[in-house]
Amino acid sequence: MDVFLQSLISGILLGGVYALIGTGLTLIFGVMRVINFAHGDIQMVGMYLTYLLFVHAGIDPFVSVLITFPLMFLFGGLIQKVFINRVLDALPQNQILLTIGLGLIMSNTAMLIFTSDYKILTTSYSSGSVKLGGISISQPMTISFLITVAVTAALWWFLKKTDTGQAIRATAQDRDAAQLMGINVKRMSIIAFGLGSSLVATAGALIAPTYYIYPQVGAAFTLKAFVITVLGGMGSIVGAALGGIIIGISESMGAAYIGAGWKDVVVFALFLLVLLLKPSGLMGKSNA
Amino acid sequence: MLRIEKLSFAYGDLRVLWDVDLEVSKGEIVTVVGANGAGKSTMLRNISRLVKPTAGSISFEGEDLQRSEPHDVVGRGIVQVPEGRKIFPELTVIENLRMGSYLPGARKDRDKNMDWVFTLFPRLKEREKQLGGTMSGGEQQMLAIARGLMANPKLLLLDEPSLGLSPLFVKNIFQIIRDINAEGVTILLVEQNVYQSLRIAHRAYVLETGRVVLQGSGENLLKDEHVKKAFLGM
Ligand SMILES: Nc1ncnc2c1ncn2[C@@H]1O[C@H](COP(=O)(O)OP(=O)(O)OP(=O)(O)O)[C@@H](O)[C@H]1O
Ligand SMILES: [Mg+2]
Repeated sequence: MDVFLQSLISGILLGGVYALIGTGLTLIFGVMRVINFAHGDIQMVGMYLTYLLFVHAGIDPFVSVLITFPLMFLFGGLIQKVFINRVLDALPQNQILLTIGLGLIMSNTAMLIFTSDYKILTTSYSSGSVKLGGISISQPMTISFLITVAVTAALWWFLKKTDTGQAIRATAQDRDAAQLMGINVKRMSIIAFGLGSSLVATAGALIAPTYYIYPQVGAAFTLKAFVITVLGGMGSIVGAALGGIIIGISESMGAAYIGAGWKDVVVFALFLLVLLLKPSGLMGKSNA
Repeated sequence: MLRIEKLSFAYGDLRVLWDVDLEVSKGEIVTVVGANGAGKSTMLRNISRLVKPTAGSISFEGEDLQRSEPHDVVGRGIVQVPEGRKIFPELTVIENLRMGSYLPGARKDRDKNMDWVFTLFPRLKEREKQLGGTMSGGEQQMLAIARGLMANPKLLLLDEPSLGLSPLFVKNIFQIIRDINAEGVTILLVEQNVYQSLRIAHRAYVLETGRVVLQGSGENLLKDEHVKKAFLGM
């Protein structure tokens, strides 16, 4: 029972970070219908930024999120403005190539600056944990989970309650109609890509104290981001959040009950199973 | 107010509009009638700049729209209620209406306009929390018109507003269009319901395969032999 509770809790804590990653990807896809293959690389940039702020300015990762979030918003917005806005009407394969290319530029630039050495960001609490009965709860993961909850709640409020947030949702639902309302859809795209980047970079910042940081770390997360969003239903924010938690739980259950090497197998088996039963994803609109 | 000169447009190689000249003066109801595929919606899409003309010019209040983006056009006061309604399916009725008044100019009149459209369409008030996509076809049409009015239009472009409405409500909608016009909104109306639209129109154009073939007052076109034969089944 302890093993079960332990892995359930760790899974949920990890799932919070995954939810942010997935939410970022699905927001970008929803508004632009562009799949961002540079998603994990943007996360990598967020991780290095966190690392730099920690090593050179001594700012705690959970505090530097306040700097990383707006900086990465500008970074993502700039990418959208300079590159992606130009290919919105292009063929999907061209859009894919563009985002893959941007991701490669990011990871190679990181390699030039930081070499391919693994960096470790060790805080005083990196391996700290709280014991509750027979269960130990990781301290950094708990803080990071609380931050993901706060960020998700803020995002929800922004999208639901503000005019700009509603305009972003309107653009995702019907781009032409949004233009007929006077909404500048290019600007909404810039905001959406900026936010998507902030979200995934925040996820990067939050796991920085517990993960290795290296230039290629993004690739695995891009793949994970897909699994999360497709599982939840492409374009659905609620779906992405749910998908993130489910993937987090199944990873940690898989690691606990079958073996650490098997956790990805468990994730993909679950992924395939869900898609067999509901091809459009958990929260996706089925065409059937 | 709106002046279209020698407007031509093609979707790729498919030429759809040929040298269309059309004018709308302030305060008028002008209607454009024509068979399916004549190019009526395409003309409106050109005015809203969702597509860009191949040749010719469109100007509004004396200013050329050549360089305008779709959202600029709305800011100038040209608001389109598109064919097929294009309601935001996952926004509520209220949220759809709020999007109508997205631009700063319209935002300040939001409450006032909201009251106005709820008096025009009481049904919308009853359903304000419902998702747009779950409304019936007729309700969506009301919502689409109401959403357009939220934008403080000077010129309202209506693309087949009576489509899919029950006969009783069709009469209603033409009365509502008159009422909107009486409030000072100029109207360019594209319709399949030729009889009703010619009746309320000050002036009318007949579009056939992308060309203007007839124009005149609504009254005169109602009596025109060609119009009678082609559109009124007489
Ligand atoms: N996106 C498009 N791509 C290619 N051709 C198009 C496109 N939209 C419309 N057309 C073609 O342009 C022509 C004019 O279409 P349009 O929608 O303007 O007609 P309409 O007069 O509004 O007809 P209806 O009364 O049926 O709405 C038609 O032949 C149509 O097939
Ligand atoms: Mg049409």
